[in-house]
Amino acid sequence: MDVFLQLTVSGLSTGMVYALAAAGFVVIYKASDVINFAQGDLLLIGTYLVFFAVAQAGLPWSLGVLVTVLLAVAVALAIERLVLRPLIGEPIISMIMVTIGLSSILRAAVNAIWGPAPRSFESFLPAGDVALGPVMLSTGRLLSIPIALAVLAALWLFFRHTRDGIAMRAIADDQQAALSMGISIPRVFGVAWGLAAASAAIGGIMLAGIVGVSPNVASIGLRVFPVVILGGLDSIRGAVTGGAIIGLLEVYTGGYVGRGLSLVVPYVVLVLVLMVRPYGLFGKEIIERV
Amino acid sequence: MSILEIRDLSLRFGGVTALAGFTMEVRNGELLALIGPNGAGKTSVLNCISGLYRAQEGTITLMVPDGGRHSLHRLPPHRIAALGVARTFQNIELFKHMTVLENLMLGRHVHMKGGVLGGGLYVGRQRRREIEHRRCVEEVIDFMNLEPLRSAEVGNLAYGNQRLVEMARALALDPAILLLDEPTAGMNAEEKESMARFILDVHEERGVTVVVIDHDIDVIMDISDRVVVLDFGRKIAEGTPEEVRNDPVVIDAYLGRARGDVA
Repeated sequence: MDVFLQLTVSGLSTGMVYALAAAGFVVIYKASDVINFAQGDLLLIGTYLVFFAVAQAGLPWSLGVLVTVLLAVAVALAIERLVLRPLIGEPIISMIMVTIGLSSILRAAVNAIWGPAPRSFESFLPAGDVALGPVMLSTGRLLSIPIALAVLAALWLFFRHTRDGIAMRAIADDQQAALSMGISIPRVFGVAWGLAAASAAIGGIMLAGIVGVSPNVASIGLRVFPVVILGGLDSIRGAVTGGAIIGLLEVYTGGYVGRGLSLVVPYVVLVLVLMVRPYGLFGKEIIERV
Repeated sequence: MSILEIRDLSLRFGGVTALAGFTMEVRNGELLALIGPNGAGKTSVLNCISGLYRAQEGTITLMVPDGGRHSLHRLPPHRIAALGVARTFQNIELFKHMTVLENLMLGRHVHMKGGVLGGGLYVGRQRRREIEHRRCVEEVIDFMNLEPLRSAEVGNLAYGNQRLVEMARALALDPAILLLDEPTAGMNAEEKESMARFILDVHEERGVTVVVIDHDIDVIMDISDRVVVLDFGRKIAEGTPEEVRNDPVVIDAYLGRARGDVA
């Protein structure tokens, strides 16, 4: 039972990191129909930026987190402005291919700046364990769950209630009509990339605390795909649910069956979902092939 | 006084010429009809005005009531909408997953201020604005008799009602000029009549300048102040409904003759 609880906490905390990255993916997809293959690398950027801000620049944690998020947003806005905006109006597939290239560039940039070796890093989440009866649970992981949920809730509220959030839903629904309502598509795309980066950066910050700072974070970013396929490409609720399910599945198989299988499980789910329910748990039932 | 001037507009798609040196003027406060056979370029004119198409040659100038002149052919669609140019579409373009009320509130988009943070931080001011927008939208709902449908999801509405919602959404923008692309297409006689009534009311009670495309000649002749006739991307006639109806060029190109009435 104690193993089960520990695994659950561990699974949910990684799952919420997945959810943060996936939510960013969903925001971009909702606003622009672009499948962002560089979403996992935004997570990586977040991890290294917080390392830079706190360990290298010596900022206090609160400020460091803020600086990380702002820098990540700046990077994303630069990407949107320089790489994607010139492609507005081109076939969606061009934009998607560009994000694949972007992914390699971001990875290489991180490698060039910080090198391939893992860095040691002390998390702001308190180290140590908290005792729940006889079971010891990691305080850091336990705390990261509500933090992630709060960020995701904020994102969801943004979509429902702010001017830009509603503009995004409108663009997703009918681009022509949105234009004739005075909605600026470049602006909305910019906001979408900024939000995606902010959300992924927070995920990256949590990863830095949970698994450390290393280039491997990019491979964790790849889990975004099983998560969004399971949850539905265009649903933030789906990103949260999908993140939790994939995170839990991973650690349960890792804990009860074996580490090897746990690496594969998310992708097995991906294939199964595509076969049975291609639009995911919460997605709109429109099937598109890319 | 004109509100919109189109000069020598040419629009080509590859080798196809949609508009060939089209010139037209819309007077402030009038109800102008744009008619002509299918493919004559009527919708292209509206798309150029609202910025969805960009003409290769020619100018489109909007003269807003406060005296400003704007070169629409150089502006992106969202800026044109912000200047008070609202439109509807031939194939109904609504936000189908939203309610009638939400669609109309989106019509207020150009008048809304406040960014990502504003919505959260300035609760008081934001709320006052929201109330103001809602009042505006309520007025339109009232005006278009959409009260019973306000919280229905638009995708589920009957076709004729969707057309009304689209027009209401355009009105919510509080436009100086309203472009209607075949507002009565696919409607039965009764629906057409009520739509014509709405167009007249919009024009007369709210003082909006209207440009309307339609194939129902009886409706057009009934409601419009002036008619412009297009064929093959050119203007072939212009005048009062009476003048246009009797113009032999228009009869040949579009209206046709009654049987036995051979000239």
